[in-house]
Amino acid sequence: MELTRRDAVAALAAIGIGGGVVYGAFEFADRGVSDGTPSGTEDPDSLLETTVALAEVVYPPEVTEVEPFVREFVSGRIEDDDRHTAMVDAADALDARARSEYSASFYELDPEEGDALLETLGMSEVDPDPEGDERERIRYYLVNELLYGLLRSPKGGQLVGLENPPGHPGGLEAYQQGPDR
Amino acid sequence: MSATDRAPSERVDVCVVGAGPAGGIVAHSLAERGHDVVVLEAGPRVPLDERLERMERHQRPAHDWTEVWGMGGDRDAYTSTGDVDYPLNSTRIKGVGGTTLHWIGYTPRLHPKDFEMESRYGLATDWPIAYDDLRPYYAEAESAMGVAGAEDNPFAPPREEPFPMEAFPPSHSDSILDAACEQLDIDVHSVPQARNSEGYDGRSACVGYGTCHPVCPSGAKYDGSVHIRKAESEGARVLDRVPVQRLEHDPEGERVEAAVYATPDGTEHRQEARQFVVACGAIETPRLLLLSKSDIYPDGLANSSGAVGRYLMDHLLYLVTGRLAEPTGQHQVGFSTSVTHQFYDHEESTPGSFFVGFLNYAGPSPVEAALGDGGWGDDITAAMERSYGGHIGTEALVEQLPDPDSRVTLDPSETDDHGNPVPQIHWTVGDHGRATAEKAIRTQRDILEEAGASVDYATPAHSPLSGSHPMGTTRMGDDPDESVVDPRLRTHDLENLTVASSSVFPTGGAMNPTLTIAALTLKAAEHVDADL
Ligand SMILES: Cc1cc2nc3c(=O)[nH]c(=O)nc-3n(C[C@H](O)[C@H](O)[C@H](O)COP(=O)(O)OP(=O)(O)OC[C@H]3O[C@@H](n4cnc5c(N)ncnc54)[C@H](O)[C@@H]3O)c2cc1C
Ligand code: SF4
Repeated sequence: MELTRRDAVAALAAIGIGGGVVYGAFEFADRGVSDGTPSGTEDPDSLLETTVALAEVVYPPEVTEVEPFVREFVSGRIEDDDRHTAMVDAADALDARARSEYSASFYELDPEEGDALLETLGMSEVDPDPEGDERERIRYYLVNELLYGLLRSPKGGQLVGLENPPGHPGGLEAYQQGPDR
Repeated sequence: MSATDRAPSERVDVCVVGAGPAGGIVAHSLAERGHDVVVLEAGPRVPLDERLERMERHQRPAHDWTEVWGMGGDRDAYTSTGDVDYPLNSTRIKGVGGTTLHWIGYTPRLHPKDFEMESRYGLATDWPIAYDDLRPYYAEAESAMGVAGAEDNPFAPPREEPFPMEAFPPSHSDSILDAACEQLDIDVHSVPQARNSEGYDGRSACVGYGTCHPVCPSGAKYDGSVHIRKAESEGARVLDRVPVQRLEHDPEGERVEAAVYATPDGTEHRQEARQFVVACGAIETPRLLLLSKSDIYPDGLANSSGAVGRYLMDHLLYLVTGRLAEPTGQHQVGFSTSVTHQFYDHEESTPGSFFVGFLNYAGPSPVEAALGDGGWGDDITAAMERSYGGHIGTEALVEQLPDPDSRVTLDPSETDDHGNPVPQIHWTVGDHGRATAEKAIRTQRDILEEAGASVDYATPAHSPLSGSHPMGTTRMGDDPDESVVDPRLRTHDLENLTVASSSVFPTGGAMNPTLTIAALTLKAAEHVDADL
């Protein structure tokens, strides 16, 4: 199942970024529409490299071509300055762990090494917490963030035969027709 | 909003306490008639453009669901002492829009029998008004809130006007349960709901976010903030985060003179008005009256009957869920599309009324399944396949009868963030409710089993979930010794104090209450207008 930049636009739209304007037009009329350019101050490049590499590890193997999706999705999400800062901090922390274990940046690890690093960090046991310790913030701002973006998109829903997963404004047809697999 | 923005207005025509749907509708109705209206609301304003983020808080496992609308803490402290725990902080929201920020939005009318329980069955008490008295207000409420519905319900009470919008078509999983019901001779039909099936009143049509409860990001689901905005556009003034501490009356105890409210910095102000409408929901309304006791009303304001806080009812909620071998397509919309009211108009006095609705959101959602698992990669697909799939379910709302010992009182041993005693909720279920529940649960099981599902959960008859529909705590009646408000919704004791809430319901039936609250509120607004 190939992910595309378009899927990311759909995921972002569901989250309200870049055209997710569905509350009566008059309500949100003055909200800006994203051109995909992050507005934060930090250079987002290393965040994008890290999240693309992480998505290769955390996304289910059925999902392919993650890079354009993740770049688009993360760029949209970091329009929110607070989330931008938090994601960059979490990515720096993950990177520091990669350096101490493998003497390389996270994006330089191959997926098996990335997976092993997440195991070493005990990521499957960690509670996601935006205000928690370093590992809890990595789980919240990176691992869960990427999974959340995917699962709210129709492509993510398709993993379980669902065209219109909760959190995605996919209209009223799908629920009447039932699952598509 | 600065502190001065929360200074009181000069004595106004009407002071409304509470900005839920009842407060919003009464404020709009009176402001539209040219009256000078101030609304005092305990909770905050919730900007519309925050709703997507609030939905995310609901969906992601890091966040407790109470974070969605900021519930709990000292502001919302309470105690529960009945035979069934009353989960108050999941049954009401404090904020502009009130509990409907979080509701699902089903809006059936009560049936004529609900107004006549004593004459028909010798149970409880009759309402002092009949279904026919409320009928025009029901139609007005449906158009004010925007109700999508169809006239396909053979058990529905009589109506003359069409629904404002077409009903939502049934879901795929409804068709599975519908086939089972056909075998069981149970008639299934659509659900009237305050949710836009097309653009309505400047708000979007439903786009299938599937998260209606607890938050609809599109605005397709009606909530009380709609009428607050309408009231403001008619000139009403709405103050948020100003919990009213007490109502003060004149020396004779005949009229309320002021609502004393606290601002976020703790300062107290007096809002004076010619008429007062309390619309704080069925727990905080009696609490405010009890907190407003005086020398003339030592047991609480408007409480010479002793009925304030008593006769607390809710709808008893029973879930029965199961699994099928085939996928059922849950969680694509956040609301039900089919129900049966076949068991509502009963012959014998007990078991009483209930209805069964089919769930479109049974079992965990894919996001919950995946993020709740803790794994990644392969594990995600496995977790989703394990947890998401053939879930199917029903819910039943069951009638309970009023009981004077089922009640809201003040608990002096615990105080809220302003030093006021918290509400103590003593909720009892009663034999009629339990017997009716047994029949409801049997019916739910029959439907699932006929559909070939293996039942994996059924709420026990003796410990229902709360339907989140508290009612009855300032009951309406003709006799001032037995009731708190008259059929005009005005308190028997004070001539300028009106109550707009399910707290005035003498009996509660089993239908979701908010359309009836809205209809009664529109009626009350006419009476208040006449008094001004
Ligand atoms: C999960 C859930 C699902 C529901 N689904 C349905 C449904 O499908 N159909 C249905 O009919 N009903 C449903 N309900 C119930 C529905 O939400 C309520 O019936 C309705 O909101 C009651 O309206 P109200 O205006 O009387 O009270 P509320 O909506 O509770 O509003 C009262 C307001 O008064 C304010 N207030 C309280 N005390 C004070 C004070 N001292 N000073 C100032 N302000 C104060 C509160 O902050 C609140 O904003 C549901 C409820 C829940 C929780
Ligand atoms: S499914 Fe529910 S949350 Fe989604 S748009 Fe419709 S009413 Fe709103």
